[in-house]
Amino acid sequence: MSREVMEYDVVIVGGGPSGLSTAIKLKQLKSDLNVCVLEKASEIGAHILSGNVFETKALDELLPKWKEMGSPIKTKVSKEKFLFLSKTKSLSWPTWLLPKVQQNHKNYIISLANLCRWLAEQAESLGVEIFPGFPASEIIYHDDGSVKGIATQDMGVDKNGNKKDSFESGIELHAKVTVFAEGCRGHLGKQLIKKFELDKGKNPQQYGIGFKEIWEIDENKHEEGLVMHTAGWPLDNKTYGGSFIYHAENKQIFLGYVIGLDYQNPYLSPFDEFQRFKTHPSIKKIIEGGKRISYGARALIEGGLQSLPKMYMPGALLVGCDAGTLNMPKIKGSHTAMKSGMIAAETIFSHLTEKKSLSIFEENFKKSWVYEELHAARNVKPSFSWGLILGIIFTGIDQIIFRGKLPFTLKHKHADHETLKPANKMPKIVYPKPDNEITFDKTSSVYLSGTNHTDNQPVHLKLKNPNLPIDFTLKEYDEPAQRYCPVGVYEVQIQNKIPKFVINSQNCIHCKTCDIKEPSQNITWVTPEGGGGPKYGNM
Amino acid sequence: MKILVAVKRVIDYNVQIRVKEDNSGVVTDNVKMSTNPPDDNAIEEAVKIKEAGKAKEIVAITIGDDKAQETVRKALAVGADRGIHVKADGIVEPLAVSKILKAVVEKEKPDLVFMGKQAIDDDCNQTGQMLAALLDWPQATFASKIEVSEKSLTVTREIDEGLETIEVNIPAIVTCDLRLNEPRYASLPNIMKAKKKPLDQMTASDLGIDTKPRIEQIKVEEPPKRKAGIKVSNVADLVNKLKNEAKVI
Repeated sequence: MSREVMEYDVVIVGGGPSGLSTAIKLKQLKSDLNVCVLEKASEIGAHILSGNVFETKALDELLPKWKEMGSPIKTKVSKEKFLFLSKTKSLSWPTWLLPKVQQNHKNYIISLANLCRWLAEQAESLGVEIFPGFPASEIIYHDDGSVKGIATQDMGVDKNGNKKDSFESGIELHAKVTVFAEGCRGHLGKQLIKKFELDKGKNPQQYGIGFKEIWEIDENKHEEGLVMHTAGWPLDNKTYGGSFIYHAENKQIFLGYVIGLDYQNPYLSPFDEFQRFKTHPSIKKIIEGGKRISYGARALIEGGLQSLPKMYMPGALLVGCDAGTLNMPKIKGSHTAMKSGMIAAETIFSHLTEKKSLSIFEENFKKSWVYEELHAARNVKPSFSWGLILGIIFTGIDQIIFRGKLPFTLKHKHADHETLKPANKMPKIVYPKPDNEITFDKTSSVYLSGTNHTDNQPVHLKLKNPNLPIDFTLKEYDEPAQRYCPVGVYEVQIQNKIPKFVINSQNCIHCKTCDIKEPSQNITWVTPEGGGGPKYGNM
Repeated sequence: MKILVAVKRVIDYNVQIRVKEDNSGVVTDNVKMSTNPPDDNAIEEAVKIKEAGKAKEIVAITIGDDKAQETVRKALAVGADRGIHVKADGIVEPLAVSKILKAVVEKEKPDLVFMGKQAIDDDCNQTGQMLAALLDWPQATFASKIEVSEKSLTVTREIDEGLETIEVNIPAIVTCDLRLNEPRYASLPNIMKAKKKPLDQMTASDLGIDTKPRIEQIKVEEPPKRKAGIKVSNVADLVNKLKNEAKVI
């Protein structure tokens, strides 16, 4: 089948902070480059979900005059709190006793989705072509195996794979360099890491699932600029995670929870842990009487430097969390993602103008402050494999006394899909029923994400073995997909006394958790028809 | 034959609508906007008629703020030849829209005017009818099938009682139902080409139209929340509840 071809100097897959920073930097370096950005969401920002307390370091370098350019970065952090929670009590930890990387007084509370919308405007004004609603579904290679570009998804295919009347073939975009900036667990990035063995000699990547809700709360309880984090309850000592509550503008708070996907109990439901967390007296009092206006979830990278794959390959670069540049102890990835994109742009510029190999990306990256940051941060996450308490003690020593300069590097031993223990060896967890005031079920939550996929299209969550969920995963692990999916895509329904595995793919919010956590790696997330997925506003 | 198609930019149908806290309207900041769905059907039908060799030119028109241009660009990407953007801020009521369209019709002299049967934001379902009255043209509303002959259209209408087939003389106004067709996707190369297609800009006052609302909007409120249902144990209980609680029997 021959597809239409469009040629560019640089094609960027993904309109998040790393991809848009790559695009802007490229045009700043050489304004006559043909650069395009493909985005699977219906518009830029609609698939972006992040806390977000934003460090402006990368943006200060990219667009130094951002303050005068109408950027949506407005709420400066004015106050910080850190709480350890037990079931009913909370212990406030003095912020001066927090590692420096966890202090936020120079940072801003932002909506990353809105920042991306603004970055996209800046990119477009520099001449970057941005195409929302066009997922890159396939990598195109040259005969020598180097990356030639990508192909966009066919549109108008029915659930059986037949062309509908509205069928519109995908097209090929060829480029001198293709930049993959899909975010955490990008489905093309995953293929590239495998094909080019980019993770050779690295630790397995570590992931978390992050939830976020936006609430409008009572004026009297709202303190614009307040940043609060918690650790402890409802998670046990062995499970890695914590919450964030950021008081943003317009009486809104960004309330969220992150849980490491290396948890062991298949009965654990990250969604329900998050809901339960909100019932803690010190949290409930903030949101009581308020109104939940948004909901979403997204997997994030936690592996750090030990798990960071090689980011260059013939014809292409991997940037941001498609590779994994998030700084875990800082709980921030936007500034590092942006900087990695800017380094990619500089690398591409010298590749195109001076014929330098793309492998100089590594050198450029190692010279940058991103590398320095990630190096200092590298031991924090693995230390939590010893449990919350030892993790905190070690992190205190590592980050406060040695400032990340301990002469050894701890390892991540297991991939997240390997950590579940058989269901019969783990305790069942009974979660309280939602009260529809503070806590909610998945159905009413998914509604707030605005997610939708056109009916009658192929299921975009592919099972390698369609029988495995019932024949193995249900028996061994009580099919944890029912619980780790934050929107209830996966259900085990009993029909005529026979269990059946059901995939409600239209509810998918593209978080990628199933692709990561499925114990046999039996689920593969692929791109649905363009424009599908959540319609996040200011997430 | 020349077809003028009116398209409107509205909040995307998947977005959960939120009322502003001061009850002055609904939240539109950072909310995903799209073309009003039945307007997509109107464009699609016009493009189909052109592809069948029965129309020569399709002009897409929208009325709204600067961003409404995106809606015209989308129409251009799926097959309209030319765009018109009439700039107007705030709420433009159906009567004002009809007057603007009338002015444009008098300038452009199309044979047919297509639009969606109603917009999903205000659900007015008035513009096509008002325009027909202002122009004194025949109208065919809620069209689910259109057959074009030289001097007339045969239109099947989706009405409460079923389907009604009527014949209207050209020139005519047609408002389109979602069942009319399946709108095509805009391909990437066509989106590129659409950026180069001509798009005229003007303001409502250029056309001599006053868009000041005639209706005073007092407040916008969310519909009351429905209480959760309950299960009754027997018929007596049901009758008792219907009588004494719901007070319907």
